[in-house]
Amino acid sequence: MANFYTDNKHLRFQLTHPLMEKIIKLKENNFAEKDKYDFAPIDYKDAIDNYDKVLEILGEISGNILAKNAESVDLEGPSLENNRVRYARGTEENNKALIEAGLLGMSLPRKYNGLNFSIVPYVMSEEIVSRADSGYANIWGLQDCAETIHEFANEEQKQEFLPRFNKGDTAAMILTEPDAGSDLQSVQLKATFDEEKNIWLLNGVKRFITNGDADIGLVLARSEENTSDARGLSLFLFDNKKNDCFQVRRLENKLGIHGSPTCELIFKNAPAQLVGSRRMGLIKYVMSLMNSARLGIGAQSVGLAEAAYREALKYAEEREQFNKTIIEFPAVYEMLTDMEVKINAMRSLLYETARFVDVYKAYTFIMQERKLEPDERKELKYYQRLADIYTPLLKLFSSEWCNDIAYDAIQIFGGTGYMKDFPVERIARDARITSIYEGTTQLQVVAAIKGVTNGSFLKKINEYAEELKGTEYEHYNDVLLKMVRQYEDAVNKVHKAENSELLDFQARRLVEMAGNIIFSYILLLDSIRDKEYEKSARIFIQKAKADNTAKASYIFDFDIELLKDYRK
Amino acid sequence: MKENKKFRIIVLAKQVPDTRNVGKDAMKEDGTVNRAVLPAIYNPEDLNALELALRIKDNNPDVEILVLTMGPPRASEIIRESLYRGADKGFLITDMRFAGSDTLATSYALAMAVKKLMPFDLVLSGRQAIDGDTAQVGPQIAEKLNIPQITYAEEITDINKNEIIVKRRLENGVEKVKSTLPALVTVHSSAPDCRPRNAKLIMKFKHAHTPSEEVQKEYSQILNNRSSLIIEQWSVDDINADTEMLGLSGSPTKVKKIENVVLQHKESKVLTNSDEDIKGLMNKLISSHIIG
Repeated sequence: MANFYTDNKHLRFQLTHPLMEKIIKLKENNFAEKDKYDFAPIDYKDAIDNYDKVLEILGEISGNILAKNAESVDLEGPSLENNRVRYARGTEENNKALIEAGLLGMSLPRKYNGLNFSIVPYVMSEEIVSRADSGYANIWGLQDCAETIHEFANEEQKQEFLPRFNKGDTAAMILTEPDAGSDLQSVQLKATFDEEKNIWLLNGVKRFITNGDADIGLVLARSEENTSDARGLSLFLFDNKKNDCFQVRRLENKLGIHGSPTCELIFKNAPAQLVGSRRMGLIKYVMSLMNSARLGIGAQSVGLAEAAYREALKYAEEREQFNKTIIEFPAVYEMLTDMEVKINAMRSLLYETARFVDVYKAYTFIMQERKLEPDERKELKYYQRLADIYTPLLKLFSSEWCNDIAYDAIQIFGGTGYMKDFPVERIARDARITSIYEGTTQLQVVAAIKGVTNGSFLKKINEYAEELKGTEYEHYNDVLLKMVRQYEDAVNKVHKAENSELLDFQARRLVEMAGNIIFSYILLLDSIRDKEYEKSARIFIQKAKADNTAKASYIFDFDIELLKDYRK
Repeated sequence: MKENKKFRIIVLAKQVPDTRNVGKDAMKEDGTVNRAVLPAIYNPEDLNALELALRIKDNNPDVEILVLTMGPPRASEIIRESLYRGADKGFLITDMRFAGSDTLATSYALAMAVKKLMPFDLVLSGRQAIDGDTAQVGPQIAEKLNIPQITYAEEITDINKNEIIVKRRLENGVEKVKSTLPALVTVHSSAPDCRPRNAKLIMKFKHAHTPSEEVQKEYSQILNNRSSLIIEQWSVDDINADTEMLGLSGSPTKVKKIENVVLQHKESKVLTNSDEDIKGLMNKLISSHIIG
């Protein structure tokens, strides 16, 4: 009996981070519902125990059902029957178990049938599910749509749609079109208001839509005639159970994540409801939805990396060559330790980011009920700003690293890993999409560079340095502060040129330099709580120092004239 | 289903040491099970029985599922595990005077407890427990209650307030039988696996406790306001049992000798995947009637 929650002590470590007490108090409104719902927590300890017990159920289902079905789902995949998606048999089985366990609608309030969990355990659920089957993790992770409806839809819409999530209704975020991928401003799908029926009608084509035939769809469409930019786009809710006005024209045949159906959709006069205000579709609502989705990809990446690492470690411990198990060879054990260190680092950043999102989202919802106090407003802003720059940083690093880790996992298996006999080849195929969808790595850099140019990363780094003072790891501040100065010098060098092309060109290097310093600090802060992370921090800092020095050297030696050598 | 009152199903469940993944120290030197090193779990076929009960309830809200377990105080965990999956109420039969009971004494105690829950419509239990593997307790209870029994059930294909139709899993195939109710049905492992624990139910019933289990002081007032969190606990006197028929005095079974069987390597034979070896194996399996 495998349990993907209890067999991974790092998860409980993250779940019991000191900031959780504040998050839960905010989320539970000081435990106001304890007399109203018999499953509501009584205090902080009770709430954490609830998270723990519920994640244990999820871990059990993930280890025993999802992981076992992963291979057959990868082979079978979904199919198209009369323009409708039919899930693979294993996917149906996964859905059934998770619905029976009542795990869906995890972060929704109790009045909408949810569990009222904070973002941290929800993100943890995404990591756990992804370790079992990252393709299925997309279907699971689309609960994000519930969050968006909860935050921006009106009460009537919330009453209509939200309670359905816990009962098992699936969702889709329907954004991309053939000519609008990374550039969502060019979305063309048309929404017209039918005065007679008092309803919006959608017409057009959407492409690459994950779980496109879901029960509930959030659709980005052009509601304003004669517009061509983001300000003409609005967000709509589509009830696929009630209405039969779209067709799934085709299912994509993909490299990986076969369990997740990727659809092309044709809307023909499909009735839909407007969410929030017109023209705010992309600017506000989809931006928020994308941020949750990016956090989700972070979790998916950590889950994939964990799965790859465990496979590789097990194989290296068993496989003998030259009369030794291969794990005894430095070339192999370095790879494995690097994987472990990176996973500890990316998981730490994942939950650090999730906590920032948690605090600011909790305040956002409190704000719908009452006016915030000045210090609460200040906190909201503080955490929101951090969430905004940490989310792309997380997506960038974790997706790239999970690919590195999956690649190395196959390497450790050697020829065997290239065959379909072990799951590592599937994991590597599944991992490949993480650095592409929900914004490519290159677009994450565009989002994260703000944190470099406006000094927000530096500000947070200085706070971490303060936190480290007076602890047993204070001496690391010497080496880290040198790295910080090196980073500042590199940023200044690029800034001085006052050339936006140069900034774009060096952006990824600068963001990664900041990231390396942030990882170093959060691993040290983790070590204060548990010595287990000391080794990871030590190794990471050594490698980060070398990596940042190489990047800084490149930036310092780079003459702006060299750009033309690169231009195509 | 009955009109005025709920259709009552009693599920008999046992907490057992997990004998499926035993290590070297699973048995003590005297040949008894070393319970201390084996995790206590819900007897697997009792979980199958609970699932069959829950399926009846899925299709009819007028069904109530009561779970009965006999064991040490910590067996209350079996009741909670049942509540997490959708059972309505649980009863723990616990008393030092039950210690040492064999299947006859155990079935006597359980039958007395079931009588206390009369009138019932159906009793479901696992075919056998993985610690003793006798498969005697269910049938003995049915005899003592003087009701029909159906063993080795795999599926309940039909049930109404008076009758039940059960598909039995037998060595050579399946058999469908019909019985009047009330009846006792023992469930085979080929029945569907039990559903997972439910998130909201676990958050609610993790606080369920017997009167002898301590509740955190600061929670007691709130928990008192939440109904159905009390697990009833019954002693020998509560079930009106005769002490003479319980424990060692009520148990005619005497263990004569326990042998520790260690499988030796010499008892196994290594076969290659050559045609010759495969043919030899097939012949052996057919001639010893393992297959064919």
